[in-house]
Amino acid sequence: MEMVAAPSLTVLLALVAGWMTLGLAGLIRPHHVGLVGRALFPLGALIGLGVALVGLAALRPDRLAEQLVLPLGLPDLPFHLRLDALSGFFLLLQGAVGAGISIFAAGYFRAGEGTAPGLLCLQYHVFLASMVLVVVADDAYFFMVAWETMALSSYFLVTTQHRIPEIRRAGFLYLLIAHVGAISILLSFGVLQGGSWKFTFDAMRGPTLSPAWATVAFLLALVGFGAKAGLVPLHVWLPEAHPAAPSPVSALMSGLMLKTAVYGVLRVSFDLLHSGLWWWGALVLAIGLFTGLFGVVFAAVQTDMKRLLAYSSIENVGLIFSGIGLAILFRAFDLRLFAALALSAALIHTLNHAFFKSLLFLATGSVLHATGERNLGKLGGLIRRMPWVAVLALVGTLAIAGLPPLNGFVSEWLLLQAFLSTPRIPQPFVNMLIPLGAAALALTAALSAYVMVKFYGVIFLGQPREPALMKAHDAGRLQRLGLVWLAAGCVVLGAFPQLALTATAGITRAAVGDAVRMGSWAFVAPLAPGQASYSGVLLWVGILGVVAVTFVLVRRLYHGRVRRTAPWDCGDPWQTPRMQDTAEGFGQPIRHIFGSAFRIDRELPSPWDSAPRYRVQIEDRIWRALYLPLGRGVQRLADAVAVIQGGRLAIYLLYAFLTLIALLVFVL
Amino acid sequence: MTAAPLVRQAAEVVLAMSLAPLFIGWIAQCRAWLQNRSAPPLLQPWRTLRKLFWKDATLAEHASPLFRLTPYVLFGTMVLAAAIIPTVATNLPFAWVADAIALVGLFATARVFISLAAMDIGTAFGTLGARREMMVGFLAEPALLMVFFNAFLISGSTALPSVVERLAAPPFIIYPSLAFAGVAFVMVLLAENARLPIDNPATHLELTMIHEAMVLEYSARHLALVEWASALKLFNYACLGFALFVPWGLASRDSGPGAVLVAVVALLLKLGAAGAVLALVETVSAKLRIFRAPEFLAMAFLLAVLGLLVHLLLGA
Repeated sequence: MEMVAAPSLTVLLALVAGWMTLGLAGLIRPHHVGLVGRALFPLGALIGLGVALVGLAALRPDRLAEQLVLPLGLPDLPFHLRLDALSGFFLLLQGAVGAGISIFAAGYFRAGEGTAPGLLCLQYHVFLASMVLVVVADDAYFFMVAWETMALSSYFLVTTQHRIPEIRRAGFLYLLIAHVGAISILLSFGVLQGGSWKFTFDAMRGPTLSPAWATVAFLLALVGFGAKAGLVPLHVWLPEAHPAAPSPVSALMSGLMLKTAVYGVLRVSFDLLHSGLWWWGALVLAIGLFTGLFGVVFAAVQTDMKRLLAYSSIENVGLIFSGIGLAILFRAFDLRLFAALALSAALIHTLNHAFFKSLLFLATGSVLHATGERNLGKLGGLIRRMPWVAVLALVGTLAIAGLPPLNGFVSEWLLLQAFLSTPRIPQPFVNMLIPLGAAALALTAALSAYVMVKFYGVIFLGQPREPALMKAHDAGRLQRLGLVWLAAGCVVLGAFPQLALTATAGITRAAVGDAVRMGSWAFVAPLAPGQASYSGVLLWVGILGVVAVTFVLVRRLYHGRVRRTAPWDCGDPWQTPRMQDTAEGFGQPIRHIFGSAFRIDRELPSPWDSAPRYRVQIEDRIWRALYLPLGRGVQRLADAVAVIQGGRLAIYLLYAFLTLIALLVFVL
Repeated sequence: MTAAPLVRQAAEVVLAMSLAPLFIGWIAQCRAWLQNRSAPPLLQPWRTLRKLFWKDATLAEHASPLFRLTPYVLFGTMVLAAAIIPTVATNLPFAWVADAIALVGLFATARVFISLAAMDIGTAFGTLGARREMMVGFLAEPALLMVFFNAFLISGSTALPSVVERLAAPPFIIYPSLAFAGVAFVMVLLAENARLPIDNPATHLELTMIHEAMVLEYSARHLALVEWASALKLFNYACLGFALFVPWGLASRDSGPGAVLVAVVALLLKLGAAGAVLALVETVSAKLRIFRAPEFLAMAFLLAVLGLLVHLLLGA
């Protein structure tokens, strides 16, 4: 009966079942790359498109939420599913971006690299399926099952190259923090049920918690989901796990999995808790801005291309959370339109980030396969050897740097517009301090351009720093297709931001009771037309038009003659690729300006060294300030407890006996 | 939409494109007079451009298409920026395509492209220039946005035509916050346009260059476009400054051809004054060490923030 009532959810479940079947099919011949690559992953990409369509359908303005109860799981605890606009948005993101990543993965995985391709295919599709189930779960139990499946499957994917000790260590750190987060989420659900002891989300929406309990639930959820999203100081796993994973998995984790944490925070703070205190928003905003700045500053000094992107993910998560914080803040003061604007900005940035970050991670995968190098100091000049990857990565680079007319700019623009509305907040000092937050946002955005110039310039431009790079080859057809898909997403979302804005309207209406103004087909004008407007498509037309006209005019009026010679470089004839800036060199101004943010361990050669060596190691202060003391404390506690662990059976029996006596005394 | 606004728009862009090299020439003249040298003719930048366009382009043998595309992109972004900024009239159709925040973004696009092109050849000077340019950029951009925030908070809009109309509207009000923002804006203008004290436009000492180091490998038509684009950038910044801090004289939404004529004359007067001031600043100041640049731009940033706080505290 229920099947008929929820057609979209039924289709979605069929698609998820399709993914699981594909995964299991990989096990039939786990070492057969042809089967896995040519058949299973492309089919998975098609299913991803299906998921995106289901999500798109759920975003239609007249759609009501669908619900479904599956008679699975523990007795009396069936799985509840629900598909509303918020879930639909994240399904769209997962499906559309996941399809691009899957088609790339079809050309990426090879035999003989750690885990067998067939097994990898299973883990990969379980990971995808669990992320889909996370966003449609409608009770705490099913949510946690999906959440943990997601964590475990991604753990196995991260440790694909499990023979390398660093990768095992990265995987362990990831698993550890994922579980600290999961416990926190579980506790948050425990508070949210508010004494009803019913764990469906429907039951949690009902009761209104006292402000104190609501705060506890919110903070627990923030910690739990923040651990998954990579909010500072819970970010330490991210720069370890992302580089360790194969590139399509890094893309999935950064593009999709971090976004489930964004979903979780939105679900808890805008749906399950229907009102909030203003300082929650200020807190999230402060953490978000700090995370953003922290991430981008650290990204600027990285020398490993995937670590750089991982830190950049931390930055973008920070920007997303600052949008969420603003939305909570505005909602607390009942400024609905501005809350809708901030929430839309956060959601659109989530979508944009999924596209461009996946694109860049996949591009690093192609570079890694072509050169075997992740170290920026050993790359360079690849635009001439790998033109496809270079051009498509350029799109991602410009998008993530927040440059118009690509998509990264749109969300930053919306976020800045939201910041500009903060003086309307009727709370003295808060409304003055928050415009300063916009300064932090502007600094973060400008720094991310710096980081991305470094990323792109060092990898793709200049001269090859190693002779081996001359033999690099461009990505294969399937890889190109995946990259083209994601790059096209960046361009389309940049040219027509109103598409994404329309998609968020239903969500903001449900969450804060208003939606931003839609403008026309060409213009975005979220508040009022005379107040602020932006047109991505006309900007595209303008720039391309002026460039084309200039090109033609210069050729017509003058000439197009070109002579190729050696580079000029002020007449210096002795030039080697070693004279270019390395990644360290390019990051040097950041090390200089933000020196106090890092723990720098540097070894300078003496002037009389015949073979000078320069070594610099940059560490995160938080690691030594927080995690190592925490680890030592746990160790000491464990040592103290270990005193009672003598290893003799008689003593353990004595403990059992004493416990029994104590319990009897207690009961009687 | 009728053709008239488009014609007006095109006329304004052409005006900007032709005045920009003259503005550079005017600054050079003023500087020469202040330094007791005989001045080059006003049309010198135009002559240089013509000469460069006729020359054969020399490219490094491994220059990528990105390197050849960049001059066009730079020129394109700067022409678009000129179309957005109200230089003569406020009722420009293109001004609604991008607001002031998008304008900052356009400048950033140009900066990223020129930095990438500088890294493309893979010479030591190119990467050095790119790194320094991006450093100055990330310090200047937040300061510029904060300057704009001052104007946005007063006018309640980020669209430049609305901002300008609000600021120029009678009665004549002096906004204390804009005084701070104005000083900050001048500092950002100097830094972003490779002028003293951050960069020396006349330098040929390799180790101190920023902008010149990036364009070392360009020649002929590519160099001409790069130089024209940087002239346009300076012109655009100057016009932005006029629009925010001395918006009087601009032709408003419903004014006739007479007002436009007045606006053009006003623009020329403002440009003349601004060029003289710039030349004076450049004559009396020395170039800062590169790592003093953060302090300089942090000061610009703090001044702009101070303006914001003044606005919010005074409620004016």
